Amino acid sequence: MWAVGGAKRRAWVDRFTYVGFLVPMVVPFLVTVAVPFGVGVYYSFTDWTGLGSGKFVGLANYVKIFGQNDYLYSLGITAAFTVANMLAVNVLAFLMALLCTQEIAAARFCRAVFFVPNLIGGIVLGYVWQFIFNKVFAQLGGVSMLTDPTGAFFAIAIVSTWQYAGYIMMIYITGLQSIPGEVLQAAGLDGAGALAMLFRVKIPMVMNTFTVCLFLTLVNSFKQFDLNFAITGGAPARILGGKAIPSTEFLALNIYNTAIVKNNYALGQAKAIVFFVALAAISLMQVWIGKKSEVEL
Amino acid sequence: MKRTWLNAPALAGAALVLSPFYLVVANSAKTSAQIVISPISPPRGVGQLLENLSNVIGNQNFSFWASFATSMAVTAVSLSLLTLFSSMAAWALCRCKNRLSTLVFMAFVASMAVPFQVVMLPLLSVYRTVQAATGVRMLQSIFGLVFAYLGFGGAMSIFVLHGFVKGIPYELEEAAAIDGCSRAGAFFRIVFGLLRPAQVTVLILNGVWIWNDFLLPSLLLGLNGRTKTLPVAVSSFVGSFVKQWDLILAAALLAMLPIVVLFVFAQRYIIRGMVEGAIK
Repeated sequence: MWAVGGAKRRAWVDRFTYVGFLVPMVVPFLVTVAVPFGVGVYYSFTDWTGLGSGKFVGLANYVKIFGQNDYLYSLGITAAFTVANMLAVNVLAFLMALLCTQEIAAARFCRAVFFVPNLIGGIVLGYVWQFIFNKVFAQLGGVSMLTDPTGAFFAIAIVSTWQYAGYIMMIYITGLQSIPGEVLQAAGLDGAGALAMLFRVKIPMVMNTFTVCLFLTLVNSFKQFDLNFAITGGAPARILGGKAIPSTEFLALNIYNTAIVKNNYALGQAKAIVFFVALAAISLMQVWIGKKSEVEL
Repeated sequence: MKRTWLNAPALAGAALVLSPFYLVVANSAKTSAQIVISPISPPRGVGQLLENLSNVIGNQNFSFWASFATSMAVTAVSLSLLTLFSSMAAWALCRCKNRLSTLVFMAFVASMAVPFQVVMLPLLSVYRTVQAATGVRMLQSIFGLVFAYLGFGGAMSIFVLHGFVKGIPYELEEAAAIDGCSRAGAFFRIVFGLLRPAQVTVLILNGVWIWNDFLLPSLLLGLNGRTKTLPVAVSSFVGSFVKQWDLILAAALLAMLPIVVLFVFAQRYIIRGMVEGAIK
């Protein structure tokens, strides 16, 4: 009888331990993520001003933002940036990975060097690059790229690629190194040249890595904020429909400016929810593609 | 196959990637006037570099030492707590399997798809409410910032550690129980130490993120608040000057130096940690 009571008590103590172990992580999670998320969805349907909780206005915020030229433009330019950046980062990262997996003396050193920009925050790097575009390049080329909408767009893409390619390269290196040596040897014995080796063996063998890297860059480019904030801050202006709008204001910065700078909390929150839905769709697509490729294997 | 000639493009690429850093160092060692004349001329010398650095360090808007100390404190405390608490939580979620624990785990995993922008505005109002209700200062406070890092860093940390706990044989803990160890004792004496490789990943991923993070501290502490982390300080410093590039670049140099030095010494761990975190 006593033993059974002991076991029961023991089970309670164990359960208490588990709950106690979860509390220090669950409480901050609830306060900073779960509750703000729930509240945030609600706020997007109100006329919330940042204080209090606002009046319910239904879909008014959503109707309003999709009628605004600067927001639609921001959606478009973010999509363009995402595609451009995804391509540039992955092409460059893969080439760098091929280079750094050769048996050359510089390989180790270059790997580390290519990775460095990724360690430093986008804010600090953004200001450094603003200097490079406005002072260094401007002195070499006459005018700063940042004064022209197209130039400014590519300026951000250049920096973003410079910062991110080294990181993606590391993932491609991991992929390339996981190709079994026998496979490469067999292909070599069959007389495969460097190009055949690349297109017939290496690239097909790292297809999964490509999927991972493409989605990583997709999500990251879509969420770009720090570089955008520090390099251009949305400038220069572009005339659209008779109104001057920021030409390089990507979605994350657009949300920030709407809420924090222009004090339109409800509109900013509605834009944030749209942002979330788009990202969630991307994630679901990744899961779906991942599942499909598993079946094929 | 040896292809020695490939060293040339590799090194050229490395030089290209490093050139912005060269420009930072070189122009930190010039006067403002010299930069205006030519940003690509060779640097003036160590004397000018030290003068610019001391000007920046003594600057009221930048307040380098205070910001540096804040960044260090926020990063160190957040990382210690995140590693400890997320190890505990990951273990509890792994060892106690029921509907509730599955739900909690799923909630953490799902939250990784939520971008910061969605919660940042409501977070400010939640923090204000908590502040009013409990009297604990959440905004413009280091406590509030660290608390937010626990909230935002928890999901990924628990996810990485959870995968690792699964690989630790339960028999080890059973043996400890036979020797009279409680569940908590088994965790702290046996499991916690075995989690080290995954904890290194968690430390590095969160460390790089927290040290460089700008948006969260700028919102919680304010761009012109009294307490600033380094990225916030750099940003408010840039805002306060009409583009005094000699000082701005010296400030940038100071802000990036710590992590570059760390990278030189812990390169292998940092690269491995960041790549592993991404693939999982």
